Amino acid sequence: MLKKYPTIKFISTRAGWYFITLLVAVTLNFTLPRLGPNNPVDIIMGQFGSGLSAHEAQQREERYLMEFGLIRMKGGEIVRDGEGRPIRTSLIEQYGSYVGMLAKGDLGTSFRSSEKVWDIILRALPWTLALQIPTIILGWFIGNLFGAYAAYRRGIFDKALFPMALFLNSFPFFVFGMLLVYAFAILFRWFPPMGGYDLALMPGFSFAFILSAAHHYVLPFLSIFLIGVGGGAIGMRTMGIYELGTDYIKYAKWLGLKESKVLFYVFRNAMLPQITGLALSLGTMVGGALITEMIFSYPGLGMAMLSAIQNQDYAIIQGVTLIITVSVLIANFSVDMFIAFFDPRVKAGIQMGKGG
Amino acid sequence: MKLFKNLLKSPMFVFGASLFSLVLFAAFVVPFFYDISQVTRVGNPYDAPSGKYLLGLDHLGRDYVVLLLRGLRSSLYVGLLAGVIATVLGTLIGLIAGFKGGLIDDVLSALTNLFVVIPQLVLLILISTSIGESGRSLTLIAVIIGLTGWTWSARSVRAQSSAIKSKDHISLARLNGDGGIRILLVHILPYLFSYVFMVFIILISAGILSESAISMIGLGPVDTQSLGTILNDAKNNGALTDGYWYAFLPATGIIISIALSLYLINTSMDGVFNPRMRK
Repeated sequence: MLKKYPTIKFISTRAGWYFITLLVAVTLNFTLPRLGPNNPVDIIMGQFGSGLSAHEAQQREERYLMEFGLIRMKGGEIVRDGEGRPIRTSLIEQYGSYVGMLAKGDLGTSFRSSEKVWDIILRALPWTLALQIPTIILGWFIGNLFGAYAAYRRGIFDKALFPMALFLNSFPFFVFGMLLVYAFAILFRWFPPMGGYDLALMPGFSFAFILSAAHHYVLPFLSIFLIGVGGGAIGMRTMGIYELGTDYIKYAKWLGLKESKVLFYVFRNAMLPQITGLALSLGTMVGGALITEMIFSYPGLGMAMLSAIQNQDYAIIQGVTLIITVSVLIANFSVDMFIAFFDPRVKAGIQMGKGG
Repeated sequence: MKLFKNLLKSPMFVFGASLFSLVLFAAFVVPFFYDISQVTRVGNPYDAPSGKYLLGLDHLGRDYVVLLLRGLRSSLYVGLLAGVIATVLGTLIGLIAGFKGGLIDDVLSALTNLFVVIPQLVLLILISTSIGESGRSLTLIAVIIGLTGWTWSARSVRAQSSAIKSKDHISLARLNGDGGIRILLVHILPYLFSYVFMVFIILISAGILSESAISMIGLGPVDTQSLGTILNDAKNNGALTDGYWYAFLPATGIIISIALSLYLINTSMDGVFNPRMRK
């Protein structure tokens, strides 16, 4: 039936594929932290259990065991064995309750503050989205413009731009962030070295707060943006040089088409593989940007993750990693769809039934 | 040999190779003249650079030159080990998927595509936290980075090997009665050597950067120093905001030198090797 609607077929196969990836990601997110010898409850009890009486300690331990789905429950009560001890669940049961909780949108509770992980993520997520989405897209776009121009012009512009782009692109994110902090926040004192806004201000839509947030935005923005420009420019330059050597461009030039028209064709054809490239590198970009957040103590997911790692707060770590993976999956899926509708080559493939 | 001569004509390669030789010199020759066997307290926290301790002292009063040289050696070790693991895994998976085609290709490609979209940093963080403080050795970290870093190379090797598969000399070998493994090793792999080597170089660099990245966030090795743990210590002890440049500039400089030199070597090789392979 779907054969008649290749586009719908394409979208549903891609969606199905991403759903499987999501399942694998959820499973990994469940399994990997359990590989080690550490049981989360033992860790918390080791941290907070001292100074409690035996009875209190037992109660507290049972509460944590319950929260992590490590013991069997029936109608809200703990199922106990003959000696009154709770019965431990198997890994499969734990996995079932983990997926069940996720399906209800429950990411668990922080070990430290007994705050819901979801609330912590919701507080951090806007900062991360506001920092990363514009930075990554803009960096990629500006980089592509530079790259295309360098491929077309060659000469001095290319000779200056290419080594600089190579240099920028080999910078690890965290290193670049540190250098920017040192140069512009410590030496010159133009920008604040850390944080997302002045802590004396209340977050809100006041002029002072927005100004302060913008001031704090500059350095983290630059450190992700410039690396993106470097990467985009190198990829686009290579693609552009390749496209400029193809027969259709030579033909277009022989026909005497306007320079701007030829450049437009080159740009359009070289752009689309670059979008695929962006999709493939998104995981690395987002990972790098998260570390940049940590360098700047930016109040986003990266910082939430860092403090969770320092506190050994597994619930938050697991919640944040899952949200990151899901975000990257959604971004990839969007790029896939974008390419499917804008790349004539892929579009033709779908129409002929080759897509999916 | 001719290829090598062509490489030497590329200023990018010469610069990259010289810079990398310098890094290797620091890691393996300098220690003969500068004792790095002991990491001990020799002065006060963050003592400024002096004639005796050229790059100053860290937050525990330890000589930064010793720490940096040891860190550099650890980083190179991690890069090499992780690079070898990721390259071997990626090449094998890519070769087999591209050459066999059919169901095997579908399964292996699906696996690759799956892990391409899951961020490596996420996997590294999840595994490192589960191992816990006590078990996080340098070697284990290298192995984990290698095991999670192969996807990109598998993808590209697959594309290359599936392109070679349809070449005439492969059909000839088949007619000759050669088996699959022999064709793979004798008739396909040699064509990919330059490519695999380039992948290897990039994966070494990626391994070093991954190690510094997770060490930076406090999930680094506990049994030794690495460039990442030096930066992590500097950040945690306020060296950045207090302006102790010698706590992080030399380490960042070394990391950039490694990444840049390997990247330049790779890019220049791409220019020399590729005209033949490029689609």
